[in-house]
Amino acid sequence: MTQGQIPITDYKTGNTQYTWNLKKLKETHKVLHEYTYHKNEVKRGYADKTLLIDISSNTVQEKNVSEAMKELFTGGRGFGLKLLWDALAPATRWDSEDNEIVITTGPLCGITQYPGCGKSICLTVSPSTDIICDSNVGGFFGPYLKFAGFDALEIRGKAKEDIVIVIDAEKGKITIETAPLEEKNSHLLNEQLTSLYATEDTDKARQKVSVVSAGQGADHSFWGCLNFSFYDIRRKVPRMKQAGRGGLGTVFRNKRIKAVVVKIDKLDGLSNNPMDPHKLAQVGTKIHQEIRELDRYQCNMRAVGTVHLVEIMDAYDILPCENYRFGSFPKAPRIYSPEFFKRFTKVIPDGCWHGCTLACAKTVDGFTVKTGPYKGQKVTVDGPEYETVGCGANMGLWDPDWILEFNFYCDTYGMDTISTGTAIAFYMEMYEYGILNKERCDGLELCFGNAEAVMDFLHRIAHGEKGEFLSIAPRGIRRVKDWLITKEWGDTKLIEDAGMESKGLEFSEYVTKESLAMQGGYGLTLKGPQHDEAWLIFMDMVDNAIPSFKDKAEALHYFPMWRTWFGLNGLCKLPWNDIEPANNAETDEPPKVPEHVQNYVDLLNAVTGKNIDKNDLILQSERCYNWQRAMNVWMGRGRRQDDWIPYRSMGPVTEMEYISRKDRYDQQLVEKMGLTEKYVDGLMINDKIRLLYNYRREQYQKLADAVYYRRGWTPNGVPTIQKMKKLGFADKKMLRMLEKKIEEDEKAGLNVWGGTYNKGEKPPSADAHYWLKW
Amino acid sequence: MMTSVETIKKLKFYPDKCTGCGECERACSQVHFKTKEGGDKSALQITKKEGTYRIHVCDQRGLCLDMCPVGALTRRKNGVVWLDKKTCIGCQACVGFCPINAMKKARERIEPFKCISCGACVRSCPQEALELITVHLEDKKEIVYHELGVKNK
Repeated sequence: MTQGQIPITDYKTGNTQYTWNLKKLKETHKVLHEYTYHKNEVKRGYADKTLLIDISSNTVQEKNVSEAMKELFTGGRGFGLKLLWDALAPATRWDSEDNEIVITTGPLCGITQYPGCGKSICLTVSPSTDIICDSNVGGFFGPYLKFAGFDALEIRGKAKEDIVIVIDAEKGKITIETAPLEEKNSHLLNEQLTSLYATEDTDKARQKVSVVSAGQGADHSFWGCLNFSFYDIRRKVPRMKQAGRGGLGTVFRNKRIKAVVVKIDKLDGLSNNPMDPHKLAQVGTKIHQEIRELDRYQCNMRAVGTVHLVEIMDAYDILPCENYRFGSFPKAPRIYSPEFFKRFTKVIPDGCWHGCTLACAKTVDGFTVKTGPYKGQKVTVDGPEYETVGCGANMGLWDPDWILEFNFYCDTYGMDTISTGTAIAFYMEMYEYGILNKERCDGLELCFGNAEAVMDFLHRIAHGEKGEFLSIAPRGIRRVKDWLITKEWGDTKLIEDAGMESKGLEFSEYVTKESLAMQGGYGLTLKGPQHDEAWLIFMDMVDNAIPSFKDKAEALHYFPMWRTWFGLNGLCKLPWNDIEPANNAETDEPPKVPEHVQNYVDLLNAVTGKNIDKNDLILQSERCYNWQRAMNVWMGRGRRQDDWIPYRSMGPVTEMEYISRKDRYDQQLVEKMGLTEKYVDGLMINDKIRLLYNYRREQYQKLADAVYYRRGWTPNGVPTIQKMKKLGFADKKMLRMLEKKIEEDEKAGLNVWGGTYNKGEKPPSADAHYWLKW
Repeated sequence: MMTSVETIKKLKFYPDKCTGCGECERACSQVHFKTKEGGDKSALQITKKEGTYRIHVCDQRGLCLDMCPVGALTRRKNGVVWLDKKTCIGCQACVGFCPINAMKKARERIEPFKCISCGACVRSCPQEALELITVHLEDKKEIVYHELGVKNK
């Protein structure tokens, strides 16, 4: 049924129906620990408590949230970083006993009046990067956690057998239970646990339960994600959103957690106990109306979600095709948004939290699975989103149904589509060059476009199959690069340049070759190469609005700070600029969407009762951002060398890439490097590649100089003590640590600008120790 | 079952008879907020424009039904679009998406409210300018937003 106005009770997904013996499941649960608590009432957006569950010792502890913590760390990711700073050691790694999974909310998390206010922010020490990775995710868990009385949840230690953790706000009870018989993969596990813990057998009761889980893929790869459920009363399925990046699911399963379940007793429009509810409703109604009137002419999110980006990226030559070698592809129209619109089930609302009228969470219901353990069954596929379709392009999968298949299994196996897709794309390129082959891939024919092989690879990972490739490949590009280089199967430079990872994490799905600012947006980041800190391609490449290093650095200061703010408050970024007021283009700074920034100022003040302005929001973020960078330094991966990105993200690695965009590159050799046309015409392709290579790498170093300077960091990328003090930090352990690291860098001669400045060019400051004068 | 609903009860206004006395609004706010204030607390508004009285009230078309994330909006047996306050989570999606702004929100309560064809205004009108009539549901159905979206792309 495609028309609207389908009574909720009448909607059918056509999915395969399962009947579970819930009684038997429940009976096999052994309660390892039970903790009763008095539910703290949420006031002005805060529950004022966090929860620590140690699954090694089976203990539960409530911690108070101080006013100072709120002032310095705001909430969400800020709280997560503070909790981890207190809990971790610099040598803590992903599988260490003391590593934690932290799920946080934020003061605006759970308000229903404005779109995109239901995000959780998850943090852990990542298996891919060895530093903290934060990942934001929709679904009901975050808001419910807060309404169950906690601003954040820390899980520490490791269980001896598979467990579920249940936070039952109805009874004021937290239990750690064994869960031996439940399904392992999310789409079934979430269904079982939702029914198992719902107070009664009704959709309304099931909607009050949210489950966090991973799957078998998370058991055997570094790409493990967390699935956060949100029960859909129309489809009658617990749908899910993913905290994808950085291997959260891997850590989750390493701790032998099968799931975390939260159940609330009640939810209404005032559950956050905001200071000024009417203001919230006013600001919310204004943007709902804006979305109603303008979305269809802007991003069309309500119809196709983020998939609308595919055709735009293809048109601007930035859709990653065949491992980022190309930015567009003749077959790309096969995976444009209309192809997915045909498949999406047209039922609204499709928000991953209540009140999100941007409604980008699209689904395909009744999708017939083609391969693997669920072959022939009909399921609901949540998505795909742009990034997943981008992975399709990257792997040469030009068939929407295979992309759906890939999406479904990645989700239910608890694997991040982005890391998985980007890594497979790299393996495919290596396969094309013969650096990998069928034998070296344990029998997998991983050539571009081989969807069956991709799916076979996923199934074999999920089943934990043994094999050299099957054990190394699921750990991601960085480990495979090292493996290929050790085996001497190919040219080291080619392998390093073509594999799209930085800090050990796989890139997300944009080609950044023609936007230096966006290269910085990927490289000069906290957790690794993703686009949630900055998305500057259009500003930089299309509009040429930030031409100088200083301009780019300003953008790489403001936008990462601004976007960090969403993560401090439990918000989604999309309603900020994926819908814009009709007159946005006429404002002083259209890329900032000033009216929406003001909306957020209003929301924060209306919830918390504070009286702060837009500059204060940036200050909140700057504190968190610098703190996280300092923690990266502390854990050994927060310097200039760690911000390096592979050359594939800067320019053409291979002859084929150069030739495919020859006019563009030839022109740049003339216009940007000042060579004569005649000279360029006489060069061999390889010489041209080399010239461009040196030029672009140098540009990136100069960009890093400008950005570090703007952020108040040393030329080696370390936050200075002076900066930290300016931000209001007095933590002695932190300040001493930074002092020591900067001294080490000084001795090693690293506190100098990274770029080579020719005549007429200047580094950001003549004095590389500029901060000492502050 | 809701699907068996074929007719809906809605308000009809006779502008020629109206004198703009405001009794209907006061009766309405009495139903919704137990006050005779009318105005923002009334689900219907009478305004005078170019010498004629106009009514601003829900016509029970029900586009909002698809907007509710928790199923608080349903069509009742008499065809009226009904908001269940206890289920409502106050998101204002229905308020923002009503094409005629007939879903109302008053300062007093986070949950919106709307005309429920209860007839209080009809009974209160001294001029008999209001009447409850029955129309066919099929005549009221409109295409949904996502379709509009794609067609206009």
